[in-house]
Amino acid sequence: MNFTLKIWRQKDAHSKGEFKEYKVSDISSDTSFLEMLDILNNDLVHKGEEPVAFDHDCREGICGMCSLHIDGHAHGPSQAVTTCQIYMRQFKDGATITVEPWRSAAFPVIKDLVVNRGAYDQILQAGGYVSVRTNSVPDGNAIPIPQADAEESMDAAACVGCGACAATCKNGSAMLFVAARVSSLAKLPQGRVEGARRAKAMVAKMDELGFGNCTNTGACQAECPKGISIAHIARLNREFLSAKLED
Amino acid sequence: MAFKLDSKIPAGELAQKWSNHKAAIKVVSPANKRKLDIIVVGTGLGGASAAASLGELGYNVKIFCIQDSPRRAHSIAAQGGINAAKNYQNDNDSVYRLFYDTIKGGDYRAREANVYRLAEVSNLIIDQCVAQGVPFAREYGGLLANRSFGGAQVSRTFYARGQTGQQLLLGAYAALNKEIHNGSVKSYTRHEMLDIVVEDGEARGIIARNLVTGEIERHGAHAVVIATGGYGNVFFLSTNAMASNGSAAFQCYRKGAGFANPCFTQIHPTCIPVHGTQQSKLTLMSESLRNDGRIWVPKKMEDVEALRKGTKMPSDIAEEDRDYYLERRYPAFGNLVPRDVASRAAKERCDAGYGVNETGLAVFLDFKTAIERLGKEVIEKRYGNLFDMYKEITDVNPYEQPMQIFPAVHYTMGGIWVDYNLMTTIPGLYAIGEANFSDHGANRLGASALMQGLADGYFVLPYTIGDYLAKKIQAPKVSTDTPAFDEAEKAVKAKIEKLLSINGTRSVDDIHRQLGLIMWDNVGMARTKESLEKAIVEIAALRKEFWKNVKVVGTADSFNVELEKALRLADFLELGELMARDALNREESCGGHFRSEHQTEEGEALRHDDKFAYAAVWEYKGEDVEPELTKEDLVYEFTHRAQRNYKD
Amino acid sequence: MGCFLTNSSLGRKLVMSISGCFLVLFLLFHMSMNVVALISAEGYNMICGFLGANWYALVATAVLALGVLVHFVYAFWLTYQNRKARGNVRYAVTVTEKGVDWASKNMLVLGIIVILGLALHMTHFWSKMMLVELMGEHVNSEGLAPTDGAALIRVIFSQWYNVVLYLVWFAALWFHLNHGVWSMFQTVGWANDTWLPRLKLVAKVVSGLIFLGFAVVAVVFYAKSLCCGCC
Repeated sequence: MNFTLKIWRQKDAHSKGEFKEYKVSDISSDTSFLEMLDILNNDLVHKGEEPVAFDHDCREGICGMCSLHIDGHAHGPSQAVTTCQIYMRQFKDGATITVEPWRSAAFPVIKDLVVNRGAYDQILQAGGYVSVRTNSVPDGNAIPIPQADAEESMDAAACVGCGACAATCKNGSAMLFVAARVSSLAKLPQGRVEGARRAKAMVAKMDELGFGNCTNTGACQAECPKGISIAHIARLNREFLSAKLED
Repeated sequence: MAFKLDSKIPAGELAQKWSNHKAAIKVVSPANKRKLDIIVVGTGLGGASAAASLGELGYNVKIFCIQDSPRRAHSIAAQGGINAAKNYQNDNDSVYRLFYDTIKGGDYRAREANVYRLAEVSNLIIDQCVAQGVPFAREYGGLLANRSFGGAQVSRTFYARGQTGQQLLLGAYAALNKEIHNGSVKSYTRHEMLDIVVEDGEARGIIARNLVTGEIERHGAHAVVIATGGYGNVFFLSTNAMASNGSAAFQCYRKGAGFANPCFTQIHPTCIPVHGTQQSKLTLMSESLRNDGRIWVPKKMEDVEALRKGTKMPSDIAEEDRDYYLERRYPAFGNLVPRDVASRAAKERCDAGYGVNETGLAVFLDFKTAIERLGKEVIEKRYGNLFDMYKEITDVNPYEQPMQIFPAVHYTMGGIWVDYNLMTTIPGLYAIGEANFSDHGANRLGASALMQGLADGYFVLPYTIGDYLAKKIQAPKVSTDTPAFDEAEKAVKAKIEKLLSINGTRSVDDIHRQLGLIMWDNVGMARTKESLEKAIVEIAALRKEFWKNVKVVGTADSFNVELEKALRLADFLELGELMARDALNREESCGGHFRSEHQTEEGEALRHDDKFAYAAVWEYKGEDVEPELTKEDLVYEFTHRAQRNYKD
Repeated sequence: MGCFLTNSSLGRKLVMSISGCFLVLFLLFHMSMNVVALISAEGYNMICGFLGANWYALVATAVLALGVLVHFVYAFWLTYQNRKARGNVRYAVTVTEKGVDWASKNMLVLGIIVILGLALHMTHFWSKMMLVELMGEHVNSEGLAPTDGAALIRVIFSQWYNVVLYLVWFAALWFHLNHGVWSMFQTVGWANDTWLPRLKLVAKVVSGLIFLGFAVVAVVFYAKSLCCGCC
């Protein structure tokens, strides 16, 4: 298969970027999208040009490192997968594919397609944990947890922190990310203890970092590689508002 | 000068060793902990749990990772589960049984005392993770669920769907975030350790490169912990993440840390087969699939040919014409034999010509029987995400046709030598998790890597590191303005300069691919004296070519992925040779190390306990100089070393 | 707690949700009242009389105006922040994500149409009814008593262009509420995977009712004007 790629190139955070066109040819349909970029990069290196910088690591859809806005979709045209799980058979032979970095004020571009998602770490540092010390804990079976609750907690905990939600949201809102963590812990008795504190701290940090306001478009849910539901956002709203009403 | 290895294994009964040791080692008072600095390199299960626990204790911790967030470490990709001897299933599990299975699974090439400690603390790990809010799978009654894994006859594996590693890492990462919030841990993301600094024979800090700006930084500390995982990417194609590398460990080796059993590599039996020459990465299908999936190849050569031609679908082949070779060869464990055994059995069938895809390098993993027995819904619930992933990658629906699988490099049991305190041969330098060599012998059982990473980080290192740091309470802040730091920084800069100036004709990936092929063909699943000698020569030649002909574009003072890769490959090119040397030295077969010259009549691994019941610890002697071997004898006081038997 | 309604994103959203909810309730009331005009002009005028320049009607009007103002001001405030959060460089290629309603991404535009419609509506009706009464006069510019709402309806909807303008307005309202009604439940946290589809249905029913209730009055009165009172 052959493709024309329109890729965003930007030298560093301070430079102005622009689209550049590249051609790749003889790509097997079983090649993954990132392997296709590997092939392009190897060609560029041979030509003495700087390869396209993009984030990736596990290539199994779980580390959350890969990003990329491909033809208007975060993580490409398929539903519920990350960019590393996109295969070239999903594109038409001869297609022109536009590849952009995440666009969000809170995710500044570092180089080409690589952005800084440190803001997500900061939000979790503000309260996305259960305050237990190592070894000061009861037996794992001391508190039974209804299976349905554990499953719902796991649904939210599947978040890989890739940033697709905020990158997709027309408001640059990180609500789905924050909600996934808050909701996951809120469904477990271990997390309930500091539920109010957590919701307030994480929302405050999210606001402080300049993420936008959620308007319930549901675009985040549609583009989330793990299919996390906006019902978790409702739970975050509930947690936050009930915490505030207690103040 | 050979190493004087002191494993510091405490005396006494096996079950008392760890408690006796804890009672005997020194502790540091809270006031003094505040004065002590620790560097942790790597943020996987080992690194994150260690940094969080050390921060909690009151030490000043700096933690480094090469990714943009600590949460991305490759522990996150572990799918199946984590073992613990809880015996919640009432199937007669115990600490001893977990210990025994692990020792036996490792083909009697691990230390008894370390493995027993691992089994002992395994239960604490589950409790800890539950308290952190890890959403483990549960029964309807609300209690924790278990599943079975290879190499065990009890159900002791705890899991969170097919994302156990992710959930455990998010737990450890959350604990880390708590400490970052509290100010006891400082996180350095997109930073790569390029050298360890040793002064007066003790670890004093590291040289790191800021991967965004290219700046070379010095960080001093009273102790340094290496938690950078394994070096499976020496094979280029592996199930490791793209950036997983052996460089941090290798720098330690270069500065005087012993490197133990480098040849012990785990080839995982259930990976998606290689599909072409442009592939960059292999994908693992969880071992848990072997709970319900049955592995087979056709009995008849004509069926094999029909499959390759596409005139027959796998589902067309009648039950009596299928060779369920694991069930045939190992009736007691069947499809749940340990990984090394399953991988070798697949290779045996493929070598005999029964491999089922165009390349002849694949076998079937079939869920037909399980779907008939349990129904599609149950299978979907258990493995739905894995089945989806398989379909996504191969475009084949595993509910209708069996999966095709083949072994691939997955884990390295070898690593930096450590004593019972997890300290390397360099005082003040520790290695934990996959980066060390200690607990899995020659083969790791499934669901034990997560266990070891967290055991080391939460429950072992936080105690044992105090024994060393207690001697440092009078020591001032470590200055980075010393000749040792100057020298290390200069060497790192010179190396970068050199790589950028070669401007040859071959890309880093080209050379890495070639190294991978040499390794896979000669130091892979079956090794011979000839193949290993060949590998040593070829790797040395390739290394020479690399330093003459590699092309690294970009600059030193910017975000430069090619440079990162080149620095890592430079170390792989030495590590590969060390692995081959170690494999050549070990004239026996054990676990993942299979020397074709040493096998039983039935084709099983044949150990030579009289000659090789030791850990091979290698000492760096300089570039292109043969390293020196020191042996740590493995004494088996409490278990009887038998030929591993998974047949009855 | 007072300040979280201004300084927290979720607090600001709560204000949007509550003020929106209030406006929806008003619309439902207004729509029901209009439908009365179809059945009985007298009945309708009785309600108009009841809602004349009385202290309670004035207070209600003031609260209503405040509701609109708050909803309006917050909408601009949130949109300004959202645009800032989105950053200066925009995607070159954008698509509508699967399952995302067009309305949900265009609430501000729809809201502006609604406000413009409201202004028109106020000049048509409020300025000729309650305002006239407040001025202490007894006849409005149409030469009708300010309490004779039914007559005013007949006059306004006898013009085809007014009917078209009102229908456009109602359509914008329909889109706005289609998203707004379930969204307000989501924002106060009353939603989960089971209730989300139900709430979306509620939104469709409510917005549909409001649209039909208003539209039918406009259309029927226009139709009546065509057959010059013969029916």
